[in-house]
Amino acid sequence: MHYFENWFKWLYQTHGIKLSIFYDSYDRTRFFKGLVTTLELSAYCLVLSLILGALIVLLLGSRSIIVKRCTNGFVQFFRNTPPLVQLYFFYFAIGPLLPKIDGTPILGSMGWAVVSLSLLEAAFVAEIFRAGIEAVPKAMTEAAKSLGYTRLQIFRLIVLPLAVRITIPAMTNNVVNLVKATTLAYAIAVPELLYMSSQIWSEQTNVTEMMIAILITYLIIISFVTLAMHLLEKRLRVPGFGQ
Amino acid sequence: MKTAGDKMDVMLPLSIGTKQAWSKDRYSAGSQVTFKVGICLLALLVTSIAFAQVQARDLNESVLDILIKWTPLMAKGFSFNLLISALAMLIGTVAGLFLGFARISLMAPVRGTSWIMVQFFRNSPWLVLLFLVMFLMPFEFHFAGYTIPFPDWIKATLGLALPIMANFAEIVRGAVQSISTTQWEAARSLAFTRRQILWQIILPQCVKRMLPPWMNWYAILTMATTLASIVGVSEVMTVVGRIIAAEGRTELLIPIYSYILLWFFIYCYPIALITKRLELRFAER
Repeated sequence: MHYFENWFKWLYQTHGIKLSIFYDSYDRTRFFKGLVTTLELSAYCLVLSLILGALIVLLLGSRSIIVKRCTNGFVQFFRNTPPLVQLYFFYFAIGPLLPKIDGTPILGSMGWAVVSLSLLEAAFVAEIFRAGIEAVPKAMTEAAKSLGYTRLQIFRLIVLPLAVRITIPAMTNNVVNLVKATTLAYAIAVPELLYMSSQIWSEQTNVTEMMIAILITYLIIISFVTLAMHLLEKRLRVPGFGQ
Repeated sequence: MKTAGDKMDVMLPLSIGTKQAWSKDRYSAGSQVTFKVGICLLALLVTSIAFAQVQARDLNESVLDILIKWTPLMAKGFSFNLLISALAMLIGTVAGLFLGFARISLMAPVRGTSWIMVQFFRNSPWLVLLFLVMFLMPFEFHFAGYTIPFPDWIKATLGLALPIMANFAEIVRGAVQSISTTQWEAARSLAFTRRQILWQIILPQCVKRMLPPWMNWYAILTMATTLASIVGVSEVMTVVGRIIAAEGRTELLIPIYSYILLWFFIYCYPIALITKRLELRFAER
């Protein structure tokens, strides 16, 4: 570790490449805190958006036309307006309306980032789920029906397991987009990776090095996400489908 | 329509009956809704105006008047966003076309390099790319004794064009690969060169397939132009921030933000609808 730090110090002193996150413990802590916040933000949003997305799909299948229209309106609204403006809307417009406890707002910038990005992602997740359910061949449900399954059984035992597998590739795309979208939280000062890095580069004036460092960090995060999803895809593969 | 990067092959047999309804890109239109969504948004705006009105009874200027008063300024900011989006789309499309050709090049090094470029720009957050271009590009160029200025909004446009370029390259690659091999063979037997085949035979057939995802990306780009305000380009969100600061009334926050959301919705939603319709029409053939 010591050798490692010295090497980066040497790199700075001889070549002027200032990767302070590798030898300065203060910068390193900040950088990793930012990384952890980014991962936390992504994880919260992922879980919340999956739950909300499933809820939206349920509501879209509702018998009441009003519920259906409203849900659809919600989805279209979040898909067709800029995510940044949504974030501002929640943080600056809705935020001050909430009551305060002991002078501090219930939801901080992190909380609002989670809410805003989760709602945004939920709209996409809902579309993916809906399409996945629709993509289950009709013959499957018909066969199940003829075998005497009830509607709930068909959904739980036949449609859902297949739909989950169908949605995985689209979900991979979605998770990647979610990780990328967390950078928006920079705008409302959530201490995530980009925000922390911008503090480091404005103090150390090493914009180029920090830029490359965060780009590579994001690429690594996204590669891990893609890898994990591919493994999941392989794990859940139904024998008899695909190559 | 099959676009690149979908990696759906594992589940192909399942999708036969559905024409890959689920493989469409993010942000494309959902099921058919009418203008009711817009009406809902309008309702939100109206109610928020009403609420703000009730809260601010003692002030002589009504919220609606304030919105109308600032509309020309906001329109100016918004048209700047549209200018940025159009320019970025133009640059991204032209660059993406060539990058897409590089992806299907016969030379392995060209293919490899372009693959790395595409992956890099597709998988990096837009905001980080924007920062990258804003900070690492000079604000003026010295060329043959002349000084060519390079204002920040042009840099932002270039920054936004980068992810568009990479994504359009994948669209081009996907479309070219979706044209049947017999077209290539027939053209080759008529003694066309590879370049001629690509430009005169394959590409014209691809246009139809590339149009829906291309429009989809245009809508995404238009929404992403608001990011430019973070890096200091004064577009519509900057204008909105200034208006709010100038008015200094907290009850105006919701009406003004809903107002600008409505603008974007009115611009982007028809694009999404047309995209959806084109996708369906082309899928039927």
